[in-house]
Amino acid sequence: MAVLFAVLVGAFVAVAVYLLLARTLLRVLLGLILLGNGINLLILVAGRLRRNDPPILPEGADRFAGAVANPVPQALILTAIVIGFAFLTVLLVLAYRTYAALGTDEVDAMRQAEPEAGPRAPMAY
Amino acid sequence: MQSLPIPTADWLALAPMLLPLLGAAVLLVLRGRPAWAVPVALLVVAVTGVADLALLQRVAVNGPLAMTMGRWLPPFGISFTADLMGTLFAGIAAIVALACFVTATVEGNPADRPTFFALALVLLAGVDGAFLTGDFFNLYVWFEVMLAGSFGLLVISGTPAALDGALKYGLLNFLGTSLFLLGLGLLYGLLGTLNMADVLGAAKSANPAAMTSVAALLLLAFAAKAAAFPINAWLPASYHTPPAVVSALLGGSLTKVGVYALARTLALLPESRTLLEPAIALVAGTTLLAAPLGALAETNLRRLIGFLLVGGVGVAVSGLALGGPGGFAGAIAYVANAMLTIAALYLVAGLIERASGETDIRRMAGLYRARPGLAALFGLLLLTVAGVPPFLGFWPKLLLVEAAAGRLSATFDWSAVGLVACLLLNALLTLTVGARLWGQVFWRPGADSDVTVAALSTPAGVDGALAVAVALVALITVLGLWPQPLLQAGRDAAASLLDPARYVSAVGLAGTGP
Repeated sequence: MAVLFAVLVGAFVAVAVYLLLARTLLRVLLGLILLGNGINLLILVAGRLRRNDPPILPEGADRFAGAVANPVPQALILTAIVIGFAFLTVLLVLAYRTYAALGTDEVDAMRQAEPEAGPRAPMAY
Repeated sequence: MQSLPIPTADWLALAPMLLPLLGAAVLLVLRGRPAWAVPVALLVVAVTGVADLALLQRVAVNGPLAMTMGRWLPPFGISFTADLMGTLFAGIAAIVALACFVTATVEGNPADRPTFFALALVLLAGVDGAFLTGDFFNLYVWFEVMLAGSFGLLVISGTPAALDGALKYGLLNFLGTSLFLLGLGLLYGLLGTLNMADVLGAAKSANPAAMTSVAALLLLAFAAKAAAFPINAWLPASYHTPPAVVSALLGGSLTKVGVYALARTLALLPESRTLLEPAIALVAGTTLLAAPLGALAETNLRRLIGFLLVGGVGVAVSGLALGGPGGFAGAIAYVANAMLTIAALYLVAGLIERASGETDIRRMAGLYRARPGLAALFGLLLLTVAGVPPFLGFWPKLLLVEAAAGRLSATFDWSAVGLVACLLLNALLTLTVGARLWGQVFWRPGADSDVTVAALSTPAGVDGALAVAVALVALITVLGLWPQPLLQAGRDAAASLLDPARYVSAVGLAGTGP
């Protein structure tokens, strides 16, 4: 099971890297979404995949009888999902505003902050 | 020990995060009343600074202080651990924030103030949280809090250039934190814990090859946050686009958090640091050389300062590559120096831009006659950045060269020789950049341009902003002339970082730790 998940995480990350290398903003953002999802899956596998009981102690007991599911990765993933979702929303708005202001969504053509063929540094005073 | 009630004074460890977050919330509520924003923001940042300094004093006297939330025993609950390195940086971040807040109060658009202060307080909360947390996942969360504040600050002016810069900043930094999260997932899979004190103990019995791969991934993520050489392109692309006071705030705190996280991680995983040393040395050396060369070819004033900032990151990383108490002490002292110096440089650059009405150094000339005070301030700061004795930038570099000499006296190795050569070349190149820059902006006769006319009309708020810059430069100069407290703090912080027995017992893991 873990091997299957490892392959899945690898596929997510590979597709994400491919998209991140694209020149259009929307593809880059989609790449970031996929990367985030791949990483969340990885954290799930890192907590070990076992189909077993929820980590809730029965009445009167002070330790678990058998193996229980690990709740920590789920808490980590939930936090990461919320943060990632919020940031992607902000980045989408930012990308749209930039597209509206600059008239392009090609990263190569976005040279407002760093003008291409800008002036050379002075050689003498 | 967790069953004991937590002493009230220990809550001090949380004040540097809680106060700014609370202040930001209050400021957002008060958005309709811009007149209230200034007193509230200044009060909050001043109280945060006092809390930071009180925490620093307490940690310096009593050793590391830990707080664990909700009575969950330490490896499971989220710990906040204030040690000397973290509290020192947090205190300086509060000083930088205070300087930027006062500058923003006296200049700038009053209507923007509530938003600016709210976002800057979120940034300060993230920075302080990152410096004080004792848990890797919590560190990730504070990185994101910091990023949230910096996003808003970068686009606060709304110009196309600012949007362009902020988008690249946002994409690359989000990618950096995603890589950090990836490293965390693997770390959790290997060790089953993310509590820093617990990681220290658990990493000793883990597979060294696997640990080193995780450490390499974290090195990549933190180097991206710190803007070290091969992955520094986002910084000169974005830091010059917002108003100067935002540049100062970001330049004085954000990249330093990356260096801090790198230092913390490498100190927790000493075997991995030794194995990764050639890579770290290569990153440090190339950063040291590439950054001032970039600055030499640059004509935009604040972009140029961005390259000088990156050079400073190279100095700090070279300390981590040298390792040992000396290397870490030099790195910590240099980061403390760079936070103040870079913030002051950006603030003075903002004053220069306002005085000349230009952002391009080729169109500034002869400012010396109109603004001799600015010329003196900027010259002093450039000497500090280049590390000319007796200014502040010199002393941490001296510690680093001493550390390298100590290593070389034991055994000869090329990385120490190379790092010393790169440090010295970096100082020379930075001095060249500084001399050219100062000559371009101030010294060159301004016969062919009209910029000196703009200088004759004083924009509102320049006197107040100048006073802040003078205060900051005075602090830097005094610390440079009397460097013993800062250097001793750096040495003590490095000693407690590398011998973490007190840190581990403060978290309450002494029984299970090493």
